[in-house]
Parts: sequence; C-alpha cells; structure tokens
Amino acid sequence: MSILVIVEHDNSTVNAATLNTVAAAKKIGGDIHLLVAGHNCADAANAAAGIENGARVLCADSAEYASSLAENLAPLIQALSNGYSHILAPATTFGKNIMPRAAALCDVPQISDIIEVINPDTFKRPIYAGNALATVKSSDALKIITVRSTAFEAVAASGGVAAIENVSATGDQGLSAYEKSELSSSERPELTSAGIVISGGRGMQDGSNFAMLESVADKLGAAVGASRAAVDAGFVPNDYQVGQTGKVVAPDLYVAVGISGAIQHLAGMKDSKVIVAINKDEEAPIFQVADYGLVADLFDAVPELDRELG
Amino acid sequence: MKILVPVKRVIDYNVKVRVKPDQSGVELANVKMAMNPFDEIAVEQALRIKEAGGAEEIILVSIGPTQAQETIRTGLAMGADRGIHIEASQDTEPLAVAKLLKAVVDKEGPGLVLCGKQAIDGDCNQTGQMLSALLGWSQATFASGVELAGDRAKIIREVDGGLEHISVTMPAVVTVDLRLNEPRYASLPNIMKAKKKPIDSMDAGALGVDTAPRLSIVRVEEPAARQAGIKVGSVSELVDKLKNEAKVI
Ligand SMILES: Cc1cc2nc3c(=O)[nH]c(=O)nc-3n(C[C@H](O)[C@H](O)[C@H](O)COP(=O)(O)OP(=O)(O)OC[C@H]3O[C@@H](n4cnc5c(N)ncnc54)[C@H](O)[C@@H]3O)c2cc1C
Ligand SMILES: Nc1ncnc2c1ncn2[C@@H]1O[C@H](COP(=O)(O)O)[C@@H](O)[C@H]1O
Repeated sequence: MSILVIVEHDNSTVNAATLNTVAAAKKIGGDIHLLVAGHNCADAANAAAGIENGARVLCADSAEYASSLAENLAPLIQALSNGYSHILAPATTFGKNIMPRAAALCDVPQISDIIEVINPDTFKRPIYAGNALATVKSSDALKIITVRSTAFEAVAASGGVAAIENVSATGDQGLSAYEKSELSSSERPELTSAGIVISGGRGMQDGSNFAMLESVADKLGAAVGASRAAVDAGFVPNDYQVGQTGKVVAPDLYVAVGISGAIQHLAGMKDSKVIVAINKDEEAPIFQVADYGLVADLFDAVPELDRELG
Repeated sequence: MKILVPVKRVIDYNVKVRVKPDQSGVELANVKMAMNPFDEIAVEQALRIKEAGGAEEIILVSIGPTQAQETIRTGLAMGADRGIHIEASQDTEPLAVAKLLKAVVDKEGPGLVLCGKQAIDGDCNQTGQMLSALLGWSQATFASGVELAGDRAKIIREVDGGLEHISVTMPAVVTVDLRLNEPRYASLPNIMKAKKKPIDSMDAGALGVDTAPRLSIVRVEEPAARQAGIKVGSVSELVDKLKNEAKVI
C-alpha cells in the first residue's frame, strides 16, 4: 500500500499542516510519498525530503504549478493516482480547493476533514459544525482524503532522507490565472499551529481595540484570532476567523474575549486544551465550554491581564 | 447568460442538532430546515449580476426529497426566475450531486454556476470543485469578490493567508464565501410572485446518473461533551489558575 501526500508549500518552505497530514498517512500505514508541485520549487522539495516518514518525494517543477491553481494541479494528481491506495492533503484552503477536483477526475468520492483513522478504509470526520461525528467507510480502491491538522500530532520536519524524483508536468489548462495575493503579515505564530490563541469578537467594538489583545498575545507568544462577527465588521482580516467556516484551532490555551460562543465559533476551537472566556454576560454560551470563565467588562479585564503578565 | 445556482435544504443553522439514538444519523424529523446559508449568498450574487445587466435568467437547482422544492421557492421569492428539483435522497453524496448538476448544465447551458462553498450539514466543501472538474471549466472557490468582465471573471478568494486575486475564463464554477454579500429578505409581493414561478421536477434516475452512495456511514455519534469549568472572580485569580493549576502560561 502506498500513500501520496500532497505537500502544501510556497516553492521554498513546507507549510506545517503537511506534517500533520503525513502523521495521518502514518496512521493508515504504508509507504509514504510526497508530491511537491510548484515552480522553481527545489527548496520545497528538499524540505519535503527531510520530513520524517517520507519514502520518496515526487517533484513536478513547472510554471503551471507556480501558484497552486486547482485546474492545473488536479490533472497531475490524477495522472499520479495509479498505484496509490490513498491520496491525502491538509484540509486547508489549499487542500479544500484542489482535492475535490482531483477526486472528481478520478471518479472517487472525497472524505473531507478526517479527525481519526480507524483503519485504512474507515475514518472519522465531524459533520454539522462538529456537533456530530460520522464514521465513514470507503470501498473504493483509491481514497481521497483531506486531513484536519489539529487532530494529528505533526511528524518531525527533519531527519527524513527521502529520495527526490522528478515527475512530468501535465500542462497548463489555460482556465485561470493567478494575479496577486494580499497576505496578512504578522510576526506572531500562525493561528492553526500556535500553542496559545487569543481571539476577539464583536464585543471588541473596533479594530483598533485589538491592540489590547495583541499586547497580551505578544507577552504569551500567542496568535490572535477572531469570531466571524469581528471579521465581518472589518475589525480584522478574514484569515483571523476561527470556526466552522474559518480556521480550526486546538491550542493548549484559547482565550475568547467578547465572543458569545455560537456553535459555528465553537466548531473551530472546542478541542482546545484549556479554554478561557472573558465576557460581561454571564449567560453567554461560551461559558458552557470554558474551563475558566471571567464575567467582566473586557475593557477593564484585558488591560488588567496585560499588566498582570508584566 | 443564464446563471445556475444549486441550493441545498439543510437544518437551519440556529438549530442544535441531535444524533439519533440508533446512531444512524442526525434527527431530521420535525426539525426546522432552511436554505444552506452559503447558497443564499450565491442566490443574492446571481440577482445582483442580473440586476446589473450581466444575466438574463437565474435558475435554481435543488437535489433532495420533495421538500427541497420549498428551498427552491425561498430562492424564487428572493427573485430567481425558475427552479429545477431533482428528486433524490437527502444524503446524496457530493460526487453524485456534481454529476446531476453537470447533467443540468449540459441541458441548460449556463455561463456561470454559483455554488455555496460548503453545505453546513455534511461540511464537505466539495460539490462546486467536483462540478467544475466534470465540466472542464475554470474554478474559483471561497469567493468574497466576483466581478464579471466579458469572457473572464475577476475573483477575490478568501485563503488561509489572507486574500488571493485570480482571473478565470468563462464559463466558470464559483463557490461563494460568507463575506461576498448580505442576502436580501424576500418581500411579500415577491413571495406571492414566487408561487407562480415554475419548478420542474424530475427523478435523479431520469438524468442517467448513478446516485448510489459510494461511502457507507458506519455510525454517527455525539462528540464528547466538554464540561463547563469554574468562574473566576478576578483577573489575578485567572492568571494564578492558568499558571499554577492548568500550567498553560
Ligand atoms: C453559515 C455560517 C457560518 C458561520 N461560521 C462562523 C465561523 O466560522 N466563525 C464564527 O466565529 N462565527 C461563524 N458564524 C457566525 C456565528 O453564528 C455568530 O454570529 C458569531 O460567531 C458571533 O460572533 P461574536 O460572538 O463575536 O458576536 P456576538 O454573538 O454578538 O457576541 C458578542 C459577545 O461579546 C460580549 N460583549 C460585548 N461587549 C462586551 C464587553 N465590553 N466586555 C465583555 N464582553 C462583551 C457580549 O456579551 C456577547 O456575548 C457563522 C454563521 C453562519 C450562518
Ligand atoms: N443536494 C444538493 N442540492 C443542491 N445543491 C447542492 C446540494 N448539495 C450541495 N450543493 C451545492 O454545493 C455546495 C457545496 O456543498 P458540499 O460540497 O456538500 O459542502 C452547496 O453550498 C450547494 O451550492
């Protein structure tokens, strides 16, 4: 049995979620191959070769893969699919975009966002914003899967010695073109892999008030997140959103500030180890999942927290 | 140009779902159902394109039991022109849904398909991408900006790192994200008008698509419940607990 893991990368470095995806592949068991499709992506291929548990790196280095367009990547994945029992990618916007397209080309269903490998053809995945967990079994010879990274402990990024092998490119489909990105740059840790996350909601009232959370975050080495309401109101960019339709996080500590705790928000953070809620409404549903709840006005509590942390 | 909008009937997003005691699925009987919220956004976008002169007709398609017609009716009341209901199981898998939608596209010849990015029941996030693959069309997922410009569309996508701008050839499949627009409410006169708008109903089998499930559901269970913890009286107590009890800072 061989498993192909689609590596998410920016042509030079490998995205951390790939390491969790390899961990899921390891649970399935079998030879693990890593596909690095990109342009001038030798550095990414070298980085992938160092990932623990990888047996081989397939490198498709060609202009049409430069910006991970699904129309160009899906035919490559299909062309390589023969000989694999499983193809896995992280359930990030990268994986969610390309994998269903590849699955349809291969005429197999996709199993989205798995959180557990029961055996090589049976997987557990959340449905209804995580309010139910479905165990699904596939009888297809090929299984196409996206992996929820927070559910699998990352394998080591180094120590592996996989051989790199070039594979032929499948050509530009000429359907779409990448123009530009507006990426939020931050010195803080990445939201989905941070050990501590502090998120603000509509209660923050204004984007500038997020500076209070940022100050606390910097003292704790934390990432800053937000509820949908805070993003919709324009307080912070879209990539801060935690929840059913945003990012899923499971840090050691999650601090929810001025967030009511709608099920769609809980879907993205309720697997955190310790949850703290700061909310002035003692009836707020967030307190039902919080290990430590503080009923207080955030405009008093957050500055005080900042001072307490020195 | 025609715009096709697939709309799914799902449990209303405000309802707390319950797992059936026999673990075969979630309880759907006597539960409030509604149009998938992302699909409302897709309908709204189609209406805006039509109102700006970019389309002549908006066709809604829903695949599901007979009650899926109510969901189509909701979209017709928002302003869409007509509906197609394909009678099938509520649990039709995304790949089969995509194949059925392809059959409709082949027949109707729309220049644009606007899907939701994900149905909030199965949380699959697959159908639009699969349909796009089957059609060999361009694909733009998680759109928070859609601008048609002749034979191309400019799309802003919400991605993990922020926003991405792409340009796609038409025809295209676009899946919409939450911040694309705010869907309108249907006005009373439009609700009345919608009652007279046509809904074509057909059987999935009539489209020559095999809709048999490819995945089997072994079990559906409730996740382990999280216990509510304690309330702390002050910020300093909180910091003390985090340092000395939870040991997370
Ligand atoms: C299809 C769909 C998908 C969704 N996906 C997501 C998602 O991915 N993520 C997400 O977060 N939401 C999502 N939502 C939205 C979700 O339903 C809620 O609307 C949202 O989470 C509410 O955000 P909030 O808690 O910040 O705002 P609110 O619910 O308005 O809560 C604000 C809270 O702040 C408190 N507060 C106000 N002022 C203060 C103060 N001075 N001090 C202390 N506390 C204060 C209030 O007591 C209140 O509890 C989705 C909804 C839909 C329909
Ligand atoms: N049964 C269905 N009927 C109509 N549209 C559907 C159906 N299932 C999925 N869709 C469309 O595909 C989108 C994504 O669904 P999913 O892939 O199930 O998350 C939805 O937002 C709808 O636009």
